[in-house]
Amino acid sequence: MSSETVNIPFVRLAKRESMDPRKVWAIRIGSIVIAILLGMLPMFITGNNPFKAYQIIISGALGKPIYIKQTIKIAIPLLGCALAIAPCFKMRFWNIGAEGQITAGAIAASYFALNWYDKVPSFVLLAIMFIAATIAGGIWGLIPAFFKAKWNTNETLFTLMMNYIIIGIVSWLQGGPWEGRKGSQIIPMFNDSARLPVVFGIHCGWIIVLVLVILMHIYMNYTKHGYEIAVIGDSENTARYAGMNVGRIMMRTMFLSGGICGIIGFIVVTGANHTLYNGVANGVGFTSITVAWLSQLNAFAMILISIMLAILTKGSNTLQTKLKVPASISDIVIGILLFCMLSCEFFINYKLIFRPRKTEIKEASV
Amino acid sequence: MSALIALVVAAVTFGTVLMFGTLGEILTEKSGNLNLGVEGIMYMGGAFGLAGAFYYEKIVGEAASSGFVAIILAILAAFLAGAVASAIYGFITITLRANQNVTGLALTIFGTGIGQFTGEFMRVKEGGFVALSNHLKDAFSSTIFPDFLKNIPVIGKMLFSHNFFFYLALILALAMHFFFSRTKTGLYLRAVGESPSTADAAGINTTKYKYLATIIGGGISAIGGMVYIVTTAGCVWNHSGLSGVGWLAVALVIFCMWRPLNAIWGSVLFGALMIMYLRVRIIFIPTEIYKILPYVVTVIVLVISSMRNNKEKQPPASLGVNYFREER
Repeated sequence: MSSETVNIPFVRLAKRESMDPRKVWAIRIGSIVIAILLGMLPMFITGNNPFKAYQIIISGALGKPIYIKQTIKIAIPLLGCALAIAPCFKMRFWNIGAEGQITAGAIAASYFALNWYDKVPSFVLLAIMFIAATIAGGIWGLIPAFFKAKWNTNETLFTLMMNYIIIGIVSWLQGGPWEGRKGSQIIPMFNDSARLPVVFGIHCGWIIVLVLVILMHIYMNYTKHGYEIAVIGDSENTARYAGMNVGRIMMRTMFLSGGICGIIGFIVVTGANHTLYNGVANGVGFTSITVAWLSQLNAFAMILISIMLAILTKGSNTLQTKLKVPASISDIVIGILLFCMLSCEFFINYKLIFRPRKTEIKEASV
Repeated sequence: MSALIALVVAAVTFGTVLMFGTLGEILTEKSGNLNLGVEGIMYMGGAFGLAGAFYYEKIVGEAASSGFVAIILAILAAFLAGAVASAIYGFITITLRANQNVTGLALTIFGTGIGQFTGEFMRVKEGGFVALSNHLKDAFSSTIFPDFLKNIPVIGKMLFSHNFFFYLALILALAMHFFFSRTKTGLYLRAVGESPSTADAAGINTTKYKYLATIIGGGISAIGGMVYIVTTAGCVWNHSGLSGVGWLAVALVIFCMWRPLNAIWGSVLFGALMIMYLRVRIIFIPTEIYKILPYVVTVIVLVISSMRNNKEKQPPASLGVNYFREER
């Protein structure tokens, strides 16, 4: 064999300069389709017909108007929380503490709901709860950011540990100072004046979240803050040379992110649960990471993705009752979705160059 | 005194879980890969390890089952589950060059899903209850040392009364220490983690090292999940007890400064923090607040270790950064 043929590898990589945006989205949508097909595997292995399973998931999530309402109720916090996470992830600040920031907001909102309901009119009470939740969530997000800015403390683990801490505090409130009936371990239901009004059959949290979508889109794309976040995400050093105060921007962004999570906490306790318990965030903080990443941090794409994941979550519960397939199938499919989405970026960014056929012929003749 | 001994024994049992998780992640991180999927890996290890032992007993029958074989099978099943999970992570980050943080989080979501799914599915399929016979449970939690050593006052209980897995983890920690500091391969691996471009220029196959370290490391972490299920959880699938353990293991890696020997006492210390609320009552502190102690300590540890800027105690220099030969 000549040395010439040996030196040409079977496949080479080259960075793509640019790609047709339509093609980019085709690849992304293709990867979602592949993920849904791969998601059939666990159903198949456990002896169920995957097509029937997906059919049950869809009908369980969208089959009746009441199901649709429940699905949208699941999508609201997912969307809101993904919006909150987006600026952090854009900045390459790995905030996985959304769960805790939601809970912090929920605690603050619940405090006023439980203690002030007879002191002020309903809309004033809701406004106070809203503001309190924003500040509480913001502060809970600000703490890890402060240490990250000051000493470069690992924010991934810090934000995560903050989740366990605040959830533990709710458990304590539930069985201690805020307990309703002694021994019940339950915080009493909120008074009617501390509940969100219902619009079109669903609590008005959806309006708040949709407004947030527009605000976040503007913030990320058309403001100086959004620009600074993007620069830090690309290169922290560039941001420093350009004279940006990276630490301050981090703290500001995390306060904002935590604040939005706090609003979601407010929406969940006043709109959906009407009470506070230690599972108030219910994994939303994690699932919303998927929403944010699958939609490439695009605020409008998040609406679609959050509804898609809500369908999956709601439908999986139906699947569990109907086919006895554990509802955690939704987590598996979400995980596979993320894997596929992360992998497909490779094919967008790189070009595979296969060894030309000519050398193969040469090889064969040698 | 006996209360203290009981605390130490319980701390070591839980510490073993953390030790496997931490040691596996140390190996992974030494190659420059930050695998945040340990939580998911440990879930998978727990579910598949239990499945391994359970179906082994089911197939050969309760009477014929041997504790030793069950232990080996549980370890193998858990290791394989973890290895497959980390192979996915490795493929996406090393070959497809995706962001390590997000891929790790995806693995956590995926792995906790698979673990939960498997655990639940087994439970439903086996008529609502998956449990091992007492005979196997004993094999998992009893010591390998003869009674006379165990009966030495104080020391006997503290040193020789632990389960098999603890001593295995101990040997693993020592072996890893030896591997990193005394063998050529270990040195190469560290070179890959510190500066992949230098290692590459020196002719080391960085891709191979990264893959092997990630896959073997994931397998080791998964054993930790299995150990939790077969010891602390009493051989039944218990996801709520396992939640957060994988993340603590990731935090412990920082606490141990990427050194396997530190993982031994670090894990036992955090094992103690995790179970103290059951053993040592402190008045004025409610149980629920007491339970968050390990997380508060972790936060404090994170902050202190970041404040002290010691040159010796740094993560592998390329940790979390993918290496592309073409991009210099």
